Amino acid sequence: MKIFTTNHRALGILYLYLALAAVGVGTILSLLMRFHRVWPNVTIPFFGLMKPEDYLALVTLHGTLMVFFVLTTAPQSGFANLVLPQQIGARGMAFPRINATAFWMTVAAFLVLVSGAHTTSGGVAISGWTSYPPLSAIPSAGPGQGLGMDLWLISIGIFCVASWLSAVNMLATILGERRAGMVWSRLPMTVWAWLVTSILSLLVFAVLLAAVVLLFSDRHFGSSFFIPAGDLINGRIVGHGDGSPLLWLHLFWFFGHPEVYIAVLPGMGLATSLFANFARRRVPAYLAMAGMLVAIGLLGLVVWGHHMFVSGMNPYAGTAFALTTMAIAVPSTVEVVGWLAMLWGGGMQLRTPMLFALGFLSFFIAGGLTGPLLAQPALDAYLHNTFFVVAHFHLVMAMAGIFSVFAGIYYWFPLMSGRLMNETLGKLHFWISLIAAYGTFFPMHFAGLAGEPRHYDRLAGPAMSFPSLIPVERGITFSAMLLAAAQLIFLWNVFASARSGRTAANNPWRATTLEWAAAADRKCIERGPYEYELPSGQEGFHPQWETIVREE
Amino acid sequence: MAAGFLLQLTGVPWMPSDGALHGPVVDRLMFWNLVALCVAALIAHLWLGFAIFRRQSAVGKFPAMIRWGLIASFCLMYAWMALTAQRLWAANRYFGPSTAAMQVEVVGEQFQWYFRYPGTDAVFGITRPQLVNAAAGNPLGIDVRDPHGADDIVSSILTLPAGREVDLQLRSLDVIHGFFIPGMRLKENTVPGMMLHVHFTPVSPGTYPILCSQVCGLGHQRMQARLLVLPAADFDSWLAGREQAQARRTGQ
Repeated sequence: MKIFTTNHRALGILYLYLALAAVGVGTILSLLMRFHRVWPNVTIPFFGLMKPEDYLALVTLHGTLMVFFVLTTAPQSGFANLVLPQQIGARGMAFPRINATAFWMTVAAFLVLVSGAHTTSGGVAISGWTSYPPLSAIPSAGPGQGLGMDLWLISIGIFCVASWLSAVNMLATILGERRAGMVWSRLPMTVWAWLVTSILSLLVFAVLLAAVVLLFSDRHFGSSFFIPAGDLINGRIVGHGDGSPLLWLHLFWFFGHPEVYIAVLPGMGLATSLFANFARRRVPAYLAMAGMLVAIGLLGLVVWGHHMFVSGMNPYAGTAFALTTMAIAVPSTVEVVGWLAMLWGGGMQLRTPMLFALGFLSFFIAGGLTGPLLAQPALDAYLHNTFFVVAHFHLVMAMAGIFSVFAGIYYWFPLMSGRLMNETLGKLHFWISLIAAYGTFFPMHFAGLAGEPRHYDRLAGPAMSFPSLIPVERGITFSAMLLAAAQLIFLWNVFASARSGRTAANNPWRATTLEWAAAADRKCIERGPYEYELPSGQEGFHPQWETIVREE
Repeated sequence: MAAGFLLQLTGVPWMPSDGALHGPVVDRLMFWNLVALCVAALIAHLWLGFAIFRRQSAVGKFPAMIRWGLIASFCLMYAWMALTAQRLWAANRYFGPSTAAMQVEVVGEQFQWYFRYPGTDAVFGITRPQLVNAAAGNPLGIDVRDPHGADDIVSSILTLPAGREVDLQLRSLDVIHGFFIPGMRLKENTVPGMMLHVHFTPVSPGTYPILCSQVCGLGHQRMQARLLVLPAADFDSWLAGREQAQARRTGQ
C-alpha cells in the first residue's frame, strides 16, 4: 500500500491505524491512572513515583487522545473514507487531495501532542482536555502549562484545520457525487450520520480553532481575551486587560458538545444498518430515524450550556439550556425505541459485528439515560464534575463509540483484507469487553454520588477520604485491566485474520448497501437501502445494485 | 432521607447525609430520578435479552401504536423530571437571599480556601491583588487604608450558625476553582474576575468537607477545607471571640 496516497480506501485504513495508535497510548495512560488511584504510594515500573501533576498530565493526554484522535477520527474519517464513496455509488471522493492533506495534518497534530510527553521540560499540560483559562493561559500556573500547553494548543489547532478540510471533502462528496437514483430516501443510515457530522464539524471546529488562536494570543501576544484584570498567579499579577474565563467555556463547549455527537452519530447510523442486516429486516419509519439523526445534530448545537450550570452562568440561562438538553432526549428516545422495535421480532444472526452493535445499543441506553438526570441544573449542581459524569460520558460516548468502531471493523474487515475475522475470537473479545466495560464504568456512578470529584489522583484528602469507595475503586481498576487485556484478543484477531483468515465471499453478510457490490457498474439506483424482507414473505433480499425487474 | 439511609445500610456508596434546608428535596428528586432511569434501563435490557433469545423470526411488524406510545411515555417522564427539578433550581438560584442572610466571602486560590466575615460594621473592606501577602498575614490583600477592612475576619474554616440563611460571595484570585460542599448539596465555581453569589441554609450542626471540584493545578486534590456548622449560641460566642481578637490585633 502506497503511503502518500489519495485513494480514499487506503486513507480510511490509515486513519484506523492512527486511531489504533492513539487508543493504545490512551489506554496505557488510563491504566497508569487506575493503578495510581488504588496504590498511590507504589512506584510504577518505567514511570517512577507518580506526582500529582503527573496524574493530571495523564488525565489531560488521555482525554485529548481519546476524544480527538480516536472517537473523532475512527468513526467519522476512518469508516467514511473506507466505504462512503461506494455507499453512495460515487467514483471517489470529491476532493481527494484535500482529503489526503487532512489525514497527514491529523498525523502531524498527533505527533505534536505526544511529543509534549517526551521533549518538554515541564511535561504535558495538566489542565484537562477542556483547558480552562487562566490555568491554561498562564505558564506559571502549573508544571506543563508552559511549552506543554503550547504544544497542546498547536496540536488542537492543526487538528481543527484537518477536521475542517476533511468535513469539506465529505460534505461535497455526499452532496455532489451521489450516483443517479441515490436520492435522500435511499441513503444508508451511515451516510445520513456522516452528513450530519460533517456539517457539525464545519461549524464547531471553526469555533474551536478561533478559541485556540485567541488563547495562544493571550499566552504570547499580550492580549486578554480570557484573563481578567488583576489576576494574581503564583504571586505575580498577570491580568492587565479585562478578559473573561467564561468566554472560553462558551467557545469550548459550543465545540465540545457537538463533538460528542460527531463521535457517536456514525455509530448510530452503523448500528441501524447492522440491525437491519443481521435481523434481516427493513428499518421501520426510515425517514423518522434519519430525521432524528439530523434533529440530534441540530439540537446538539444549542445545548452547550449544560456543561456550565455551576460555572457562573446566569441561572435563567441554566433553565434554557436544561430545556434544550431535555429536548435532545426526545430524538434519542425515538432512535432507541426504533431499534428496540426493529429487534423485537428476534431471529437475529448473532455474528460478531451484530454483537458489537448490540453492545453499542446497551451502552447508549445505560449511559444515555443518565443524560436527562444531568440535564437538570438542580441535580447537576451536586453531580457536576464528579465521577457520576465520568461514568455517564464513558458509557454513552466512549464505550458506545468504541463498540461501534469494533462493529465497523468486524463488519467491513472483508473490504480491507478480503478475509473475515475469526468469529470465536470475536465473540470472546465481545463478551469480555462488555462485562469488563460495565465493571469499569458502572461503579463510577456510586463514586460520583458519594461526592468524589474528577481529577483527584487519590481518595484520601485533608478533609474527606471516601473510605466506602476503596473497594469500589479497586474493582474498577481490576475491571479496567481486564478490559485492556481483552483488546489483545482483538489485536491478535486483526493481524492473524488479515494473514490467514477465512476468505470472504463477495457479499459475506448478504448485505444490501453498495459497498458490497461486486463490480463498479454505473447502473441507476432504484432500491432503498434496507430491502431485506420480500413482499411475498420468502427468504431473500434486494441489494441496492439490483434493478427492479418490471413485469409486463 | 429514608431511602438514602437504607442504601447506606446495604453498603452501597450514596450521597453523604445532608445538613442543608434544601437537601431533602435534592435527595428525594435524585432518588426518584435514579429509580425511574434504572427501571427504564432494566426494561430496555430485558427487551434486548428477550429479542436475542427469540430464535425464530416473528412475522409481522412491531405495532406502530405501541412504539409511539412508548416514546410519548418517555417524553412525559422527561417533562416530569424537568418540571420538578426546575422548581428546585428556581427556588435555589433565581432569587437572591433574604436581606437578613449572613454574608460570608469565599475566596479560592491555588490551593487554599479562605473565608472572610465582614466584622462588626457588616461591610467587607476593599481588597487589592497587589496587597496579597499570605506570609504577612494578609492572604486576601485587604487594604488597610479602608476603614471597613480593619474589622474583617479571615478564616480557613467556614464556620456558620445552624438555621440561618447564608449568602456566600464567591471569587477567585487566580484560576477557576469549584466550591463544593457535598453535605450541603451545594456547588458553584469561583471564577477570577467575577463575583458570584449562592445562598443556602445549613440546619444540622456538624463538620462537612469542602472540596475543589474544578481542576486548578497540581494541588487540586489537596484543596479542601471544612465547614463547621454550630448551634446559633455557640456560633455567636465564636464570632464574638474572633471579633475581639481582630480588634486587639488592629489596636482599636
